[in-house]
Amino acid sequence: MSFDVAAIRRQFPILATQVHGHALHYLDNGATSQVPQAVLDAVVAHETKARANVLRSVHYLAEAATEAYEAARGKLARYLNAASSDEIIFTSGCTAAINLVAYSFGATLSAGDEVLISELEHHSNIVPWQLLRDRRGVVLKALPVTDEGRLDLGALDRLVGKRTRLIAVTHASNVTGAETDVARVVAAARAHGAKVLLDGAQRAPHGPVDLRSLGVDFYALAGHKMHGPNGVGVLWGRADLLASMPPFLGGGEMIRQVTLAKTTYADPPHRFEAGTPPIAQAVGLGVAADWIAALDLEAAHAHLSGLTGRLLDGLGAIGRSRLRVIGPNGLQARLPIVSFAVAGAHPHDICQMLDRHGVALRGGHHCAQPLMERFGVTGTTRASLVCYNDASDIDALLGGLDDALGRLKR
Amino acid sequence: MNDDIYQTELLRLAADAAGAGRLPSPDGTATVDNPLCGDRVTLDVKLSGGKIAAIGHDVRACLLCQASASVIGRHAAGRDAGELQRVMTAVAELLKKPAETTALPWPELAAFAPVAQHRSRHACVLLPFRALTQAVEAAAAKPN
Repeated sequence: MSFDVAAIRRQFPILATQVHGHALHYLDNGATSQVPQAVLDAVVAHETKARANVLRSVHYLAEAATEAYEAARGKLARYLNAASSDEIIFTSGCTAAINLVAYSFGATLSAGDEVLISELEHHSNIVPWQLLRDRRGVVLKALPVTDEGRLDLGALDRLVGKRTRLIAVTHASNVTGAETDVARVVAAARAHGAKVLLDGAQRAPHGPVDLRSLGVDFYALAGHKMHGPNGVGVLWGRADLLASMPPFLGGGEMIRQVTLAKTTYADPPHRFEAGTPPIAQAVGLGVAADWIAALDLEAAHAHLSGLTGRLLDGLGAIGRSRLRVIGPNGLQARLPIVSFAVAGAHPHDICQMLDRHGVALRGGHHCAQPLMERFGVTGTTRASLVCYNDASDIDALLGGLDDALGRLKR
Repeated sequence: MNDDIYQTELLRLAADAAGAGRLPSPDGTATVDNPLCGDRVTLDVKLSGGKIAAIGHDVRACLLCQASASVIGRHAAGRDAGELQRVMTAVAELLKKPAETTALPWPELAAFAPVAQHRSRHACVLLPFRALTQAVEAAAAKPN
């Protein structure tokens, strides 16, 4: 059965927006994806029927809010195949989740211990580790990237050793779309007793992740990229690791007992959820996770693979002398994310011109400046697709690009 | 008003690239980056009697930034720091309140009026002016 993208699109009210007299062609899902009516309804229902703080008061609304919040934790645990919902920590986003690990797991590291990242990472999986390096004297190393925009895992043997404590890499690149061969990363880490963190910001929106099968130790994701609300993300961590880590932020809810002399801390996950959490956002994210999981994911993958191929073919027709795809040219082991650089045409100019056609793209360094340097560009233009995109989006992009490049020809 | 940013005059200014190229021995140089996109402008000045005698720039950036640097390249020579500051203020005001801007110190600046409704692109227009300000400050601070 073919994938009924029209039925999917009808669930996203914002996709009916007209932009400069054109239908909206939203291809900036890698930055933020849109929210289906089911999630909007869930957030409104929570705020109108169960709004209260969680894990504090005992009145009716507080109980309802706590129930909804913890139920959302359970939904995310199922989405990630976590051993327990206690391994799910709600954060303000993916960046906060990685910073939490860098601070709290980082506090267990010593000067001279090594953390391995890569040239492919988003700044949110680079800067927290640089801060840790500067704070504790940890040695930071980076995996190189192949010409195809993939992690060069052949360098693992050289870069992973007895002082390696953590490998923190992306599950799939926000620029090239390349998916990481997690098994090889985990094998290299395990050989030396190191842990593995995956930045799942781009991969998580495309379907449930079987973390127990992947064998990693930490996983971070962003709610707003997986059809959920802004302001919420998730850190998953193995229970034993979380239990061994000190808190990140201090405040209410994360304590067991406070005296003026000393504080003892709650068990995970609450140890890492200081203050009032993003409650309605977490509820919405839980519904978003269920919504994605209910899709025919095999059909969705085939649909998106077809669109990615259509886009790559169209870009190829422009000619390699002028346009360069930064990332894999094939369809294997990749997400529907395509970045490209055009000689003599700045990504922001391209994106601005395509906006006039109703096409929403992202231009710039994508918070991945080391990767831009690796490929000798200051920025790229990126199209990032999810299940509601269709052939008209790709055709509008290619038509608009043709128009833009004609205007930019000097 | 045509609200398309990329009108003929702006494209012409960018293509003209007045002042493009580095100066051999500048009195002051500044390099400024736009952290949002990674764009970079390096701008050199030579001063004479407190006024700009020569200007040169290397722009690795979008068309808006190129056009802005080109306008500076056309008009900056012979101006002192106070005049240049007034021009930059006028550009910033144009981007904030284009409808209320009646007179511009340099006529080509009108090409940037459609940028006003695109807040995320204001920095593109202002980047060369920030470089100019810093380069003049560096030149003024240079020991004789």
